[in-house]
Amino acid sequence: MLYFVARRLVSALSVVLATLIATFALFFVAPTDPAGAICGDRNCTQQRYQEIKANLHLDQPKVQQFAEYTAGIFTGRDFTTSGVKQHCAAPCLGFSFKNDRPVTDMIKSRFPVTLSLVLGYAVLVLTIGVFVGSMAAKRRGTLGDRALMTSTLVVSSVPYYIVALMVALYLTVLYPILPRGEWTPPSENPGKWFAGMLTPWLVLGIYNCVQYARYSRGSMVETLSEDFIRTARAKGLSDRVITYKHALRSGLIPVVTIFGLDIAASLGGAIFTERIFDLPGLGQLVLDSLNNYDLPVIMGTVLVASVLIVVMNLLVDIGYSLIDPRVRLA
Amino acid sequence: MSTPAPQDRQVPEDRKDSMADSAATPPAATDAVAAKRGPSVATRERRQGSINPSGETPYLVVEDLAVKFPTADGLVSAVNGLSYSVPLGRTLAIVGESGSGKSVSSMAVMGLHDRKRTRITGSIRLGGDEMIGLSENDLMKIRGDAVSMVFQDPQSSLHPLYTIGNQLVEGYRVHHKVSKDAAKKRALEMLDLVGIPNPQRRFGQYPHEFSGGMRQRAMIAMSLINDPKLVIADEPTTALDVTVQAQILDLLNNLQKEFGSAIVLITHDLGVVAEMADDVLVMYAGRCVEYGTAEDVLANPRMPYTWGLLESIPTVSAANERLRPITGLPPSLLNLPSGCSFRPRCPYVDRVKGELCSTELPELLPVDGAGAHVSRCHLHDKASIYEAEVAPRLG
Repeated sequence: MLYFVARRLVSALSVVLATLIATFALFFVAPTDPAGAICGDRNCTQQRYQEIKANLHLDQPKVQQFAEYTAGIFTGRDFTTSGVKQHCAAPCLGFSFKNDRPVTDMIKSRFPVTLSLVLGYAVLVLTIGVFVGSMAAKRRGTLGDRALMTSTLVVSSVPYYIVALMVALYLTVLYPILPRGEWTPPSENPGKWFAGMLTPWLVLGIYNCVQYARYSRGSMVETLSEDFIRTARAKGLSDRVITYKHALRSGLIPVVTIFGLDIAASLGGAIFTERIFDLPGLGQLVLDSLNNYDLPVIMGTVLVASVLIVVMNLLVDIGYSLIDPRVRLA
Repeated sequence: MSTPAPQDRQVPEDRKDSMADSAATPPAATDAVAAKRGPSVATRERRQGSINPSGETPYLVVEDLAVKFPTADGLVSAVNGLSYSVPLGRTLAIVGESGSGKSVSSMAVMGLHDRKRTRITGSIRLGGDEMIGLSENDLMKIRGDAVSMVFQDPQSSLHPLYTIGNQLVEGYRVHHKVSKDAAKKRALEMLDLVGIPNPQRRFGQYPHEFSGGMRQRAMIAMSLINDPKLVIADEPTTALDVTVQAQILDLLNNLQKEFGSAIVLITHDLGVVAEMADDVLVMYAGRCVEYGTAEDVLANPRMPYTWGLLESIPTVSAANERLRPITGLPPSLLNLPSGCSFRPRCPYVDRVKGELCSTELPELLPVDGAGAHVSRCHLHDKASIYEAEVAPRLG
């Protein structure tokens, strides 16, 4: 088990390194002009442009820039803007000159919002989504099952942002049945935090439950026809034990894969939900940075998102080995 | 342990009564085909079922069992008018090709068919208690306790994600309200009994850490953990190595002596039948075509399909000879041939006068007019054809 985790950790680290190189290349080696972006279009004199370039070490060889950027992640680095020296503490992911803040700080302040959103979402899809899917699998072919599967198809054929917008408009503004989305740190006021997150959770969760119900139904239908399920019945086990102990454990394996990647992607920013429900999360940050052409922030969030995906993959692999003892040998 | 069938067997008075009772089962319980053939045939088949070829009181009695699956293409008659019985301590082998209804009929005994997709009629009695029509809750109490099953492929039949010990303990605790420790003790005992070395260590291992033979031993341990009166072994050696097959059969034989349970052994391997069976039932296209003690059926078969099965066994001594398969394929269960189901593949159709084979389903009749050995064939001179033509080819 330890060896398994160690091996996975090594491969995860190499993926992170590759991502680091790729993002760096994308923003600093590709024909982009970071200094020009920072300088802005108006009142950008040639002198100021050169000054920014020098301050950011953009006039240095690319390899050295990369080395400095990477070193900054571990040791922190200093930036000079308009003659003022700014310290960017480790892990330094660059400095946003547009906001006059280190990128790491910005991400840190946004991350709890996205994390809250995703945690609630995870709970919903794993409970309701998987439960509904298992029920449908158990009753496959019945009217209830078919009605459910048809309605899931209908729901998932409407784009998510339409659903979210409609809910926000009709259920929180015009007919305020649900509380409006807003961000309050849970450390400040847990009740307000919950109320503010409730609608985004429900919308994001229930919309995606549909997908999870489909995945888990498919996987459970397959599992329920396995020989070992017949054995379980032959042992005299009850239907409930067979479905929720014997079948669910095997049936969950493919769902865990999708879940891990889905959570990782959402942690990188649930852009629509955050925008529509006005939650200042990572998704909003990315969106704002794209609008402002704030390259260091974009690069920092891409890097964080990719690390999250790698970490979640690692967790999925570990989760696998907990569910399926045969994986440990691999 | 096989007891030869008494030649002139007296039917005890009380059993005649029970036969009369079973003949009077409501018409809803008899399947359409049997009804068409008239009550006399059904009654005769019942009689064959409730009295075992050995003459002992049977534990499992299957009478006029029919299993049908409604499908989009029509009604699949997987089992039709099947009757047999097994006393405690005896082994019945059910033989036949794939799709002949062997497994389907045994799954019905376990009540394992999906109720919504299956129509089961007839009677299955365990120690006198009717199983057909029982609720799922009542069946649950019987499954794994009084009746248990050993499946064909232990690799896929054991849960891959739970340890062997966990699965054994679970099987025991469903039917016994005991602590985990007591159940573990019992599981270790069983693992030891089925010849798994080092049960303590094996208890905590997963199925994939077992070899094929050991897995099947574990499967057998699991099915015997509640000391069942009836064990249904569905091709228990098919997925195993030839050298391991013999060990598993030995094990089943020895355990039967120890536990005294009735065994229904489903197989297509006549070698297994010869080694294990006291009684043999040959199935073809969902019907019993020959039934009797193992000596009767293997030494004096009286049905061309059984001859075909015997002839198709390869012999090592005749290494250069070609195999003699039964030509053709089993019929579609959606649309059985008229008359005798085996007619299209039977090489002896010409010997029967007229169109009898294609117009009338042969009844299951005693081969010597009265005994317990029955077969379903219109041929008049079955004994002489077998002696003169088939037996010499068997070598």
